[in-house]
Amino acid sequence: MAVAQFYSNLHWTFQLIPVGMARSPGGFLVLVLILTISIHKAASILDSHQPVALELFSPVHGSFGSLEESYDALQTFQILGIEKKPDISDTTCTLVSKTLGSSSSSLKDLFYALKVNGILKCDIDEEVFEGIKSRLQSVSNDASSLLDFYYSIGSLALIKEQASKVDVLLTDADGIFQSIKALSQSDGRWRYSSNNPESSTYAAGVAFEALARVVALASPEIDQSRVKFEFYANLFCRLSICSASIHQGLDFTGWLFQISTLGNDIVKLFDSIEKYDDGAFYFDEKIVDAREHHGPLSTTASVVRGLTAFADVTSGSLNIPGDKILGLAKFFLSVGIPGDAKDFFNQVYSLACLESNRQGFNPTDFITTSNSAFIDQKRPTQDHDIFVLYECNQVRVNTVLGSNAPPLTVKLLQAFSSSSKNAFIIENQELKFDPENAVHFLDALPENVDVGNYVFVFEILLHDPEHEKIYATGSRTRVPIIITGVIKVDTAEIVILDSDLGSVETKRKLDLAGENDVSLSANHLQKLRLSFQLATPLGHAFKPHQAFLKLKHETKVEHVFVVGSSGKDFAIVLAVVTMVLTWDLMLAMDISILHGGLGAKLTVTGFGSENGSKHTFEVILKLGVPLLDAFPLGVMDADFLGLVEKFFYLSGRYDIQLTVGDAVMENSFLQALGHVELDLPEPPEKAPRPPPQPVDSYLRYGPKAEIAHIFRAPEKLPPEQLSLAFLGLTILPLIVFLIGLLRLGVNLKNFPTSVVPATFAILFHLGLAAVLLLYVLFWWKAPFPPRLSISQVEICLRKRQMTGNIPTSPWEAAVGHF
Amino acid sequence: MARSTTKDAQALFHSLRSAYSATPTNLKIIDLYVIFAVLTAIIQVGYMAIVGSFPFNSFLSGVLSCVGTAVLAVCLRIQVNKENKEFKDLPPERAFADFVLCNLVLHLVIINFMG
Repeated sequence: MAVAQFYSNLHWTFQLIPVGMARSPGGFLVLVLILTISIHKAASILDSHQPVALELFSPVHGSFGSLEESYDALQTFQILGIEKKPDISDTTCTLVSKTLGSSSSSLKDLFYALKVNGILKCDIDEEVFEGIKSRLQSVSNDASSLLDFYYSIGSLALIKEQASKVDVLLTDADGIFQSIKALSQSDGRWRYSSNNPESSTYAAGVAFEALARVVALASPEIDQSRVKFEFYANLFCRLSICSASIHQGLDFTGWLFQISTLGNDIVKLFDSIEKYDDGAFYFDEKIVDAREHHGPLSTTASVVRGLTAFADVTSGSLNIPGDKILGLAKFFLSVGIPGDAKDFFNQVYSLACLESNRQGFNPTDFITTSNSAFIDQKRPTQDHDIFVLYECNQVRVNTVLGSNAPPLTVKLLQAFSSSSKNAFIIENQELKFDPENAVHFLDALPENVDVGNYVFVFEILLHDPEHEKIYATGSRTRVPIIITGVIKVDTAEIVILDSDLGSVETKRKLDLAGENDVSLSANHLQKLRLSFQLATPLGHAFKPHQAFLKLKHETKVEHVFVVGSSGKDFAIVLAVVTMVLTWDLMLAMDISILHGGLGAKLTVTGFGSENGSKHTFEVILKLGVPLLDAFPLGVMDADFLGLVEKFFYLSGRYDIQLTVGDAVMENSFLQALGHVELDLPEPPEKAPRPPPQPVDSYLRYGPKAEIAHIFRAPEKLPPEQLSLAFLGLTILPLIVFLIGLLRLGVNLKNFPTSVVPATFAILFHLGLAAVLLLYVLFWWKAPFPPRLSISQVEICLRKRQMTGNIPTSPWEAAVGHF
Repeated sequence: MARSTTKDAQALFHSLRSAYSATPTNLKIIDLYVIFAVLTAIIQVGYMAIVGSFPFNSFLSGVLSCVGTAVLAVCLRIQVNKENKEFKDLPPERAFADFVLCNLVLHLVIINFMG
């Protein structure tokens, strides 16, 4: 008997992101608290990101490379709380002081050197700062490109922070502000310089930061409240005639007016924001800049940096909707853990920006939960003595970077099944808070909760109304939860039926929880029926997502069938077709498949043309097709060759495999049930061949079979003795000739004896002999010239090599050619 | 009449023989050479009849060498024969040289064709 167990452990992750705490009671910068739900297995971002940060930003020979990379690494370490190693500090400080001291460093290097100095606090002389300051001030007055402005003004702002004795003041702040603003475009984006018409969102972020620094440097002693007063005063002035006393403030209000128009630019930029389905917002570049492409992460990070910087220095209301900020935070969190160092820095720094306020990094609340969906619940039942142990669903609340939340309550507003949205199983339940572990948990699920897909809707309620201004909680958050359980599998059996009579030939019970190995045999006139029952732990009928029956032939040809269901019962009927019906005078056909467990009746109505009468044939369908979901009534394809053709007429042993699975089922199974020997008829001429099975690649490229060569049978030669006999017989006429010559008294004495004729006679005979010798040598395939002279040839060739290939005589030249 | 036939044949044979003995010796040598060549050819044909004609080119070259040299010898005999008025001005050495040369060429071809 199957044991019914529910497991539940619900963990969800919520993030609260405070974006800037206003110093003054009036005026927010942006909506502050954001509640997002994301899936994190770790307790906080700090924990999950720390080891990766150490890996990504690993120093090579004690330094991180360029100043920009060093800054990225050090800033990330600072945010994540990783301790710096001292030797890195030393080498980096050396680099920083060298860069700051040199008058030929570029603006970018100076900027990053100052940033690194801000983190490491290296020992730099005041004179160095003075020297840089004057250079930067002149550059900022004359600059024309956005990046020049950014680096020079940013460096000046950093010098102001780091060297208290150095007096940094922008003389023409208004003019610089105007120049930077002049590079803006109507859709909220910025150009890099007046020459270049391309605009980008990344540049907009850079510009915001630069403008923020300008404002910070321009008039540091201006009080924020006075800023606001002046603004309204300016407004009033425009409406009525202004008196001279306010004239003094007009300069500054003009200045303020520009800041407020910048707010409009920001709003326009937010019009170009893009959105993912889960509510994450991000910025992306429309035009891909070939020079330096910024993906969504770096673009959004740049904009967030700029906004934060700007919000820090001004207190005008930027009026960015809370869901946009929430979406931006969600975007950064949904990146997970980036693998690239620059992406990692962008993500962590942007999250820190969103979390931080001007005073630094205040810990704020996180709600972390992870979304695994096991419901752990054992109940005592009457049948079995099993105790229910209910493990809590834990909900933890943190801020983005992992700090603790302010006092709040998490409320489970609704929980409903995803299929039936109206029936709520839980409504308005508050989660209890466990202060030791700082988690909220759900006490108990109601008794009648069955397995399935559910949606839980959460809401966060802050205890302190003041915190509402600082922390932004999102609206209701929906979390999809899957409640899983063990599905009971019952009364499984496999049956071979005789298709004519429907009588059972072989019946085997199956134990789908354990091992099965049935051995059946069937021919094409029979049917195979597999049936089982599925029930949820509470006893309801259960329809799995997947229920397949696979028959695999020994030649690896497979056939998969879907198991249909009606209510709790699952059945699949396979029958093999033998008949082909033909009819000549058929004008109308009416096929109906009747319900029935074990067979299908085919009713064919034909019309004869001669007498118009109606003939009804009732044919018991010996051939069937697997009956699909719920045995549908209706017209089915009358493919009478059905399964025999589907099986490619392959008889033999088929392995049976049953697969039942679903997300809510904890005991999904894939079981080999045994085998069935199918006896199918012979394939006709035009039968389809089974598809070629994939070839094992090792076989394809491995050694092939040995080829046995067939040689031509040698010619039959006569026996050797016969040939030799005839050879002797051929010599015989020669002997006869010689004897006849002697008999005739041939004169062999007439050879000339005097010298000259004798010489000629000898030469004549020698010549003849030589020609004949040539013939004989050719016949015997003897080498020409004879081998004796080859060694002489080699000697000559070596001599040629030694003397530099100069033949000393024509003879040698001639011989050498051999 | 059989007896007369035999007597006639014998008389014919005797007359032939006596006439033949009058021929000069060099002509007899040539005749003997021709007989030798023809005999060799016949033996080769007999051999081929027994064992079959594979390889055919060898058989041809063998037979044709015998036949060819026999033909050349006959030509020599014609040219050397003093009773032949046609070749009166041809010195017999020249004829013999022709014979030798033609034989060499013939045997060059034969050796190549034999395979």
